[in-house]
Amino acid sequence: MFKSVLVANRGEIARRVFATARRMGIETVAVYSEADAGAAHVADADRAVPIGPAAARESYLVGDKIIAAAKATGAEAIHPGYGFLSENADFADAVVAAGLIWIGPPSAAIRAMGLKDAAKALMQKAGVPVTPGYLGEDQDAGALAREAGRIGYPVLIKAVAGGGGKGMRKVEAAGDFETALGAARREAKAAFGDDRVLLETYVSRPRHIEVQVFGDAHGNVVHLYERDCSLQRRHQKVIEEAPAPGMDAATREAVTSAAVKAAQAVGYVGAGTVEFIADASQGLRPDRIWFMEMNTRLQVEHPVTEMVTGLDLVEWQFRVAGGEPLPATQAEIGLVGHAVEARLYAESVDGGRFLPSTGTLEHFVLPPNVRADTGVEEGGEVTPFYDPMIAKLIAHAETREMALSELAEACDAVEVWPVKTNAGFLARCLEAPDFIAGDLDTGFIERNLAELTAAPEPSPAALSAAAEAAMMVDESLDPAPSPWRDLAGFRLNAEPESATRLFLHGKPVMARLSETAAPRSALLTEDDEIVVFESGRAFVFASHPPPAGEAGGASDGQIRSPMPGKVTGLSVKAGDKVTKGQGLLTLEAMKMEHALTAPFDGTVESVAVQLGAQVSEGAVLAKLTPA
Amino acid sequence: MRKLTSSIDTAGQGFAANAKVNRKLAAELHERAAAALGGPEESRKRHVGRGKLLPRERVMRLIDAGSPFLEVGQLAANGLYNDEAPGAGVIVGVGRVSGRECMIVANDATVKGGAYFPMTVKKHLRAQEIALQNRLPCIYLVDSGGANLPHQAEVFPDRDHFGRIFFNQARMSAAGISQIACVMGSCTAGGAYVPAMSDETVIVRGQGTIFLGGPPLVKAATGEVISAEELGGADTHGRRSGVVDYVAEDDEDALSLVRNIVANLNTARPEGPVMAEPRPPAFDPEELYGVVPTDVRAPYDVHEVIARIVDASEFDEFKPLYGATLVTGFARIWGYPVAILANNGVLFSESALKGAHFIELACQRKIPLIFLQNISGFMVGGKYEAGGIAKDGAKLVTAVASAEVPKFTVLIGGSFGAGNYGMCGRAYSPRFLWTWPNSRISVMGGEQAASVLATVHRDADKWTKDQEEAFKAPIRQRYEDEGNPYFATARLWDDGVIDPAQTRDVLGLSIAASLNAPIPETRFGVFRM
Repeated sequence: MFKSVLVANRGEIARRVFATARRMGIETVAVYSEADAGAAHVADADRAVPIGPAAARESYLVGDKIIAAAKATGAEAIHPGYGFLSENADFADAVVAAGLIWIGPPSAAIRAMGLKDAAKALMQKAGVPVTPGYLGEDQDAGALAREAGRIGYPVLIKAVAGGGGKGMRKVEAAGDFETALGAARREAKAAFGDDRVLLETYVSRPRHIEVQVFGDAHGNVVHLYERDCSLQRRHQKVIEEAPAPGMDAATREAVTSAAVKAAQAVGYVGAGTVEFIADASQGLRPDRIWFMEMNTRLQVEHPVTEMVTGLDLVEWQFRVAGGEPLPATQAEIGLVGHAVEARLYAESVDGGRFLPSTGTLEHFVLPPNVRADTGVEEGGEVTPFYDPMIAKLIAHAETREMALSELAEACDAVEVWPVKTNAGFLARCLEAPDFIAGDLDTGFIERNLAELTAAPEPSPAALSAAAEAAMMVDESLDPAPSPWRDLAGFRLNAEPESATRLFLHGKPVMARLSETAAPRSALLTEDDEIVVFESGRAFVFASHPPPAGEAGGASDGQIRSPMPGKVTGLSVKAGDKVTKGQGLLTLEAMKMEHALTAPFDGTVESVAVQLGAQVSEGAVLAKLTPA
Repeated sequence: MRKLTSSIDTAGQGFAANAKVNRKLAAELHERAAAALGGPEESRKRHVGRGKLLPRERVMRLIDAGSPFLEVGQLAANGLYNDEAPGAGVIVGVGRVSGRECMIVANDATVKGGAYFPMTVKKHLRAQEIALQNRLPCIYLVDSGGANLPHQAEVFPDRDHFGRIFFNQARMSAAGISQIACVMGSCTAGGAYVPAMSDETVIVRGQGTIFLGGPPLVKAATGEVISAEELGGADTHGRRSGVVDYVAEDDEDALSLVRNIVANLNTARPEGPVMAEPRPPAFDPEELYGVVPTDVRAPYDVHEVIARIVDASEFDEFKPLYGATLVTGFARIWGYPVAILANNGVLFSESALKGAHFIELACQRKIPLIFLQNISGFMVGGKYEAGGIAKDGAKLVTAVASAEVPKFTVLIGGSFGAGNYGMCGRAYSPRFLWTWPNSRISVMGGEQAASVLATVHRDADKWTKDQEEAFKAPIRQRYEDEGNPYFATARLWDDGVIDPAQTRDVLGLSIAASLNAPIPETRFGVFRM
């Protein structure tokens, strides 16, 4: 076994690999870009080597720099993590050529699986079921109809040059095929100048099911059961679980043996994942599940497999890379309970628009009750340079229902500020009744996006916490002990007032202090804003209304001449839309130019002067109406 | 400190009977307070419909989150002016704004347009008096049509009438007590001087107007036709006249600006007495309901009241064996040291002498004085007159009148005759004077008054029992009506009727507010020896 390992990666996966290495007494080496100099994975490692600028293509993707770093530190092995260079066969070759141990599959296996169509063909040859379809040169209508019959209806006609749904037709029955083909071809021709089509079986309720496999250098291949990653958004996995809900013995047998076969077909060594697409319209069935591709690396979602098998997959990777046989035989690998993982992203999900959110993690608290693989710590930065995933939360319980509920609770308890996260969205996914019922497919999130990303109102408990914090803020204005500080809400001849008026997104809300409300975590910002954490979100309250109008008082929208002068510039006309601070007119007075700007966002209602006009002090030059 | 013990049987019948009646009195007080919250529903709706916050809401949003609001004159004008002016149409009280205790005076435009009745003027002036004595910045939330014209003779001409408001503003400003106005509605004629005489002034655009003469008057006088907004609105005064300093978009914005003004006052509280950690009384203040007899004439031990007001029920009694009808001693309320004088019967010479001595101690040590009044008067009779009760009583009155330490009076029972003076009645300028709903105040008790008047009547010796009773009954009734705390508080003879259970908190807030002013040295008048 090697004595030291360099992880050619960053964030949570680097830390994850270091954790196992540390446990096994293997020295750890990190590499980092300029943007990651203060990152948690750098602090975690025994040694760290800078490898260049923030942009990944100048640092984490530069194999030579990484190999040089390994050489410089005497690291014996390189773990690529996932992403970056993990499926780069040339890099794998270079690592080996440099006399280092590559913790991953042989480059040949990477290459074999790298070309998706070739991989499919290879798998078909190896007896692994692939999605029925037709991608042939013969574009004769009759031949296509015959192929469609062979594939089975419903069938999908797609433009070979296609994209964006253009030239795509779903055909329910043979009788409709010719008409649909004609339409698809016309559309394809118009859109792409190419009317060739391909045929695919139509999977009405696709589910993403994958099998974790492991091979060693001694020819052994085992599987570690399946995972379901059907909850996706734009092909990005959101929630992953093991085992797959609704998986019966026959289907599991079919899919795992197919996965093992696939691994064997390419002489696989190390951790790999064989991905399948299942048609779940009639539940999971052995004959409705097909090979899609193989990922020749450790997956982001490997923890759910670790939880249900009780195994450390990184340790297995180390042992296999070190030449040891697989630590367990197929018969020794059990499956206990149910595990679910949620990917915590630094992003704003409001209104279903997923926008990255970057900045300093001034507050970053993850719930203690679930496994959390994190790439960051409180005080750390989320930069725009890399994947915005900041943590993975994994719950493991006896039943799926319990695991889902534990993880939902954990996501709700995530406290991050001021960076925004998708924690609330994750919790809503985990709580969705259809999802809990196991009624899921890859379109689930897209279909339910509005509900899953709806901005909730703060609960009475959140309002109570906000009220309490607001009182603390104001009490701190004079912190000396006094009944004026301590008799909260005292009212003569009445019960104490428990409500205080706050502003949420600039709108007044009454926040009522309640002794019976569930506790909510809150913090105060430097600007005396109150941040209350609830449902995986941060509600930001202000004690005072947002300042209105121009400095020192409100604006009525009338742009007045500050002194007598001449209009030397006029850049707007009635009806123009203007933004706050935008220049409207220039006035020359006392040999000075004065720029008059819009006091708020709005529309120019009227302009009362012309260029060159002499105006008196206080004259109204233009009128604006607020937006 | 010595802990007081209680001989009250909280499970006994007398306690339960007292509690039943006193709780009812407190409940009635709460109801009256709730009913006096503002003008009629219709005018409140109209007010809100204009985009204005209700006056009480303005006050609550002005003060700090969680700040107490110590309302003054809550039931002023109660029963006066056809009961159309709850609270006399102005909300007055002390609240914390930006961490600073301030006097807030908010016109209630839902009460007859916020016009000044005689009691409105009196309440406004009382607010200013409190602000002056305790050095509290004044915040005027102005929304008033000015003097109530039918009552002009009682609001305009005299010393303590409308004009005194502006006199006070000028004098307080001169004394460094900030005057801040927020014009949230009309501010007409004399009323225009409230913002104009303030140190800093905010106006709400589209709501606030300030002018010496409104549009109708202008039209009548000069023929000029001009809108109220143009005549005295935010832009006129914010841009042209300079009568206001800040223009706010709406009520919320205006209140936020006022808070900023207070935050910039740069005032510091003077060094006050050394505080201790506040501790609640060992006996529940709610037990006061059962402690206090339902008949104001029934005697009871005032130690039982003290035990339910002071910190940890600890009380170091001064001269407990001498002049025992006046209980004197040191204690703490909300951590503040206090010197308490409490009646435990009629005042004798010894009690008065002890009281004067004790007040001297408090003034020398700069300890605030608390008077718990339940007094039928000084002892009468040949022996006592010859013993010099008049000069001994005068010593107590002199001491009370001269004392410069903050004084606080609570009427917990009867307040009759010269006892009222010796125990720091309204005329002796306590910083705050509060009354309990069971209290009675008059020159003497109704029964005594009826008896005295019957005795001096020229036909008295010819009366039958029934005739005598027929003569006495209306007198007794009149004293009962006029001695009633609601009659008193309507006329602002006090700062408010309070729920006995809140006494400790009210006193704590009152003392803390008073300590915004430094405690001066006391120089006593000549004590007749």
